[in-house]
Amino acid sequence: MVVDVKGVHYAVGRREIFAGLDVVARRGRVTAIMGPSGTGKTTLLRLITGQTAPTSGEVLLWGQRVATLRQRDLYALRRRTGMLFQNGALLTDLDVFENVAFPVREHTDLTEPLIRELVLTKLHAVGLRGAARMMPSELSGGMARRVALARAVVLDPELLIYDEPFVGLDPISMGVIVRLIRQMNRVLGITSIVVSHDVHELAAIADDSYLLSQGRCVASGSPEELHRSESEVVRQFLDGVADGPVPFHFPAPDYRDQLLGVDRRAQRGRAA
Amino acid sequence: MSSAASRDGLLTGALRRVGAVAVFFVAVLAQCVPALARPRLIVHQVYNAGARSLIIIMLCGLFVGMVLGLQGFDLLQRFGSEDALGVAAALGLLKELGPVVTALLFAGRAGTALTSEIGLMRATDQLTAMQMMAVDPMQRIVAPRFIGGVIAMPLLVAIFNLVGLFGAQLVGVQMMDVDAGAFWSQMQGAVQLNDVQEGFIKSVVFGTACSLIAVHEGYHTEPTAAGVGLATTRTVVTSSVLTLLLDYILTAAFL
Repeated sequence: MVVDVKGVHYAVGRREIFAGLDVVARRGRVTAIMGPSGTGKTTLLRLITGQTAPTSGEVLLWGQRVATLRQRDLYALRRRTGMLFQNGALLTDLDVFENVAFPVREHTDLTEPLIRELVLTKLHAVGLRGAARMMPSELSGGMARRVALARAVVLDPELLIYDEPFVGLDPISMGVIVRLIRQMNRVLGITSIVVSHDVHELAAIADDSYLLSQGRCVASGSPEELHRSESEVVRQFLDGVADGPVPFHFPAPDYRDQLLGVDRRAQRGRAA
Repeated sequence: MSSAASRDGLLTGALRRVGAVAVFFVAVLAQCVPALARPRLIVHQVYNAGARSLIIIMLCGLFVGMVLGLQGFDLLQRFGSEDALGVAAALGLLKELGPVVTALLFAGRAGTALTSEIGLMRATDQLTAMQMMAVDPMQRIVAPRFIGGVIAMPLLVAIFNLVGLFGAQLVGVQMMDVDAGAFWSQMQGAVQLNDVQEGFIKSVVFGTACSLIAVHEGYHTEPTAAGVGLATTRTVVTSSVLTLLLDYILTAAFL
């Protein structure tokens, strides 16, 4: 077990994000975390990586409680982890080569020729060896995501975490990223956690899937099991239906009353 | 009642902010030792904060010196002691105008650049990405920029003073016909090492204060476009007020 999220409760102010969440990521497998927007998928990644602490429950990374670790121990765990951010999060004052070389320079004493070889190998794997001297501002969204992936794997992590890796990608870039995630997992044996709501892409790469909704895991299993599920929530999410257990509309007053200004008149009346 | 409550709220907010800056200052100082082991990063920041502010510093130094020359000449000639213009200009620049005006310009030029740079790194997840790569942004980003600012300020003040003296000499000697020998020799005779030390200490204190405010505001920026704008504004306002407050305290201490 690489990641073990046990009975996690998490709230931001009075808004409860998780109410007893359980998620497990096993060694050498691709685990997909799915769910509608606003269900706390990215928050879950922040909990797993120790960027924030749960209100109650525990998050274990390689058996260690990340919320109670000292910075030095947390950083030791993070060196075994790579993370691909939704927007790439490339360092804007460094070019592509230096971005990928950044963790190598920070954590190793490798010589310059070795760093060059390592970085070019990773950039070649994501098809961007030719863009090594470009600045992040010159890259398209898909290219930035691929550079960020090269940076995430440059130190050969044991766990790779992808936050919405398919958002805003054209079909070619998306296909490349899907293939890369699968290859990283199969060839290098990297444990992967992919957070996304792209059901079809996840079905192609995931070994285990979790569907989050309203603070809980409402379904889990292989993508096939989820597709066979008769659960209303699962069906609504996989079939993309607006009406169902997951409300499409944020809580609001009656539409007709609001348009006619009834609610405002009532408010004025109460104030008077 | 409500105004008393809001006054309490303002006071509590201000105290909380001062406390937060003090805690941040200690955290930055703790990271300065490991950061000093990587001089290349610091040299780069001295260049960013110092060399890139040179033109504005020199330009303003020249004009401040020229104004000092004009006003000083106008005042001193009333007492028939225009030969003392060199002393007046040198002491005014070394002890007061050099450090203060440079600090105000530093806050507006380098301070805002530091805040917006770090703030944008916060807004675009670059700082979080560094933490995820097990790199402490306090050590890699904040400490080198802070040290760079502290080193750059005295250098900028020295250049401001030199150009300012040139400006005062330009007006006094070249335009108002003050005797060049008297201008320079009286300055040499009257300016003591203590006066230079006072200016130097002020420049280091102002450099520390302005750099600290700039990196603090940048590091704690709300990660939005409006948040970065607000943090940049706060940097200029807080640094300027703090500079003038510290200037009064230091001047009183040196007298």
